[in-house]
Amino acid sequence: MELHEQILQYIISGLTIGAIYALVALGFNIIHNATGIVNFVQCEFVTLGGMMIYTYYTIFRIPLSFSFFLSTATVTLLGALIERGPIRAAKSKAIIVLIFITIGISSTIRGTALLAWGPDNVPIPSFSGEKVIQILGAAILPQHLWIFAITIVVVIFLQYFFHRTLIGKAMRATAVNRRAASLVGINVNWMILLSFAMSGGLGAVGGIIIAPITTTSYDTGIMLALKGFAAAILGGYGNSTGAIIGGLILGVLESLGAGLISSKFKNAFAFFILLLVLFFKPTGLLGHGETERV
Amino acid sequence: MFPFIRKRESLFLAIFALAIILIPIFVKNKYHIIVMNIVGLNTIVVVGLNLLIGFAGQISLGHAAFYGMGAYLSAVLTATYSFPPWPTIVIAMIATGMVAYFVGYPSLKLRGHYLVMATLGFSIIVHIFMVELDKITGGPSGFPGIPNLSIGRLVFDNDFKNFYLIWTLAFFCILVSINLVNSRVGRALRAIHGSEIAANTLGVDTDKYKTKIFVLSAIFASLAGSLYAHYITFISPRSFDFYYSIQVVTMVIVGGMGSVWGSFFGAGLLTVLSEILHVAEKYNIIAYGAILTIVLIFLPEGVLVGLYNLYQRRKIKALIKEEKESSFESRI
Repeated sequence: MELHEQILQYIISGLTIGAIYALVALGFNIIHNATGIVNFVQCEFVTLGGMMIYTYYTIFRIPLSFSFFLSTATVTLLGALIERGPIRAAKSKAIIVLIFITIGISSTIRGTALLAWGPDNVPIPSFSGEKVIQILGAAILPQHLWIFAITIVVVIFLQYFFHRTLIGKAMRATAVNRRAASLVGINVNWMILLSFAMSGGLGAVGGIIIAPITTTSYDTGIMLALKGFAAAILGGYGNSTGAIIGGLILGVLESLGAGLISSKFKNAFAFFILLLVLFFKPTGLLGHGETERV
Repeated sequence: MFPFIRKRESLFLAIFALAIILIPIFVKNKYHIIVMNIVGLNTIVVVGLNLLIGFAGQISLGHAAFYGMGAYLSAVLTATYSFPPWPTIVIAMIATGMVAYFVGYPSLKLRGHYLVMATLGFSIIVHIFMVELDKITGGPSGFPGIPNLSIGRLVFDNDFKNFYLIWTLAFFCILVSINLVNSRVGRALRAIHGSEIAANTLGVDTDKYKTKIFVLSAIFASLAGSLYAHYITFISPRSFDFYYSIQVVTMVIVGGMGSVWGSFFGAGLLTVLSEILHVAEKYNIIAYGAILTIVLIFLPEGVLVGLYNLYQRRKIKALIKEEKESSFESRI
């Protein structure tokens, strides 16, 4: 394979993984905008997406499309339960306490997943075969196309939801100013519940569609989700367009770095970029400096 | 040397020092001493981390990395390049502190919780380096043959001698922390914790203080790491993974955010607890996660203070009830 073909190949696999980072980054943003929390359970949403489809599809032999739907629904429900349960029950509502609680829940779920599914990676079959498609000398798997298609559908859905529906607009209003939103009659608690459910769903979809390529295990979510967070920062924390662009750029940079520089340090690249962004442009690519009103 | 220690605290400290001197004389079980040594090492890390969490109101999930940096710097420099151990510990502390500054400064300048992810990302990078730079660090199988520390002809080569070494330094760290908390810096930090904006308008340079306290906590962790390396004489990347960061954070929470003595309590309680749970290491992740979640939901002030407050509230409630009843009776 010649160099430019190789680079094209890296870019394609980078965009694929970048799409997952983008979905996760969107999940982080939604909860951050609604509550100001960094939600560590996002890691487990991604893991559980993959493990649930393994359970439903490979173990229970439920047809793929149903399994997909069921897995997403399960994790969405879990997201809602986490908000209704521990987050709501917490005696102190300080942000630092809530972040710690999500760290605690995340560990608990990860440990439970380890007990339930064991420590080994499990394979998930591709959605539609393994037949390689050649485009300009680069090999594309059908699963890559699925990932792009599903991500695009999800993004369009979110765009529609946040800009064209009343609930979506209410959620955006809550993100801008919680107090004002509740004054105009928006049920803020419901919006927060919804944001947890949605980011659960987003994480799950990301975890499901990447699983056939990378296989999945009880702790795959940590890396994917943390890189998703790096993507959110890169794009501008809280900015949804930024999340998508940040995810794709991060995926491509990581893939190129691993392919052309050193694959040993593949996992370090994303965090190196995260630290660089925090250092030089903490508002991210699309973020704008916030003026804080006191 | 420590002008800000109050009278009651110096009494506590004296009792604590006495306990450190007496325990190895009365406890002859080697295993118990080993556990207490681990408690001591964790106490050093947790006291530092608690200054960050409890006073600067910021979370670090990277203390495993700082702990590991101390351990690996000491190990590699003394065993491979035969540096003298004591100066190496200081070198490791300075190096770790500088790295912490570069990780912490940009994220602490920002409002909100960027530090938690920056430190987590950093600790993942450090862990990858520990595993992948196997020519220097020994890779996943670990790094053996680290020399014991010594003062003159006294070599700290058994658990009892190390007990005195570790706990003397832990005592010193507690002393420094209490002194710091009571000083002007401590008041500034508490002001930041109360309201960063208010502190800022009153002329407290909040970014500077938060960064400083973060660097100090990293230096404590590095010291503990170096001591660990010289004590066990073997280190491997597994001791410095993500779960260690979760462990020390849980110790801070259980002990109570912003309480120096609470840190010691949290480190002691949870280290002993993990020793008991050690039979089933698989359950360790769940146990720490669940403890962290439950304590935070119900006793966000920490176990000791939280239970005390609950007890107080009960008492007050009972008093009110009693008063109501008696006034009711007197009316009749």
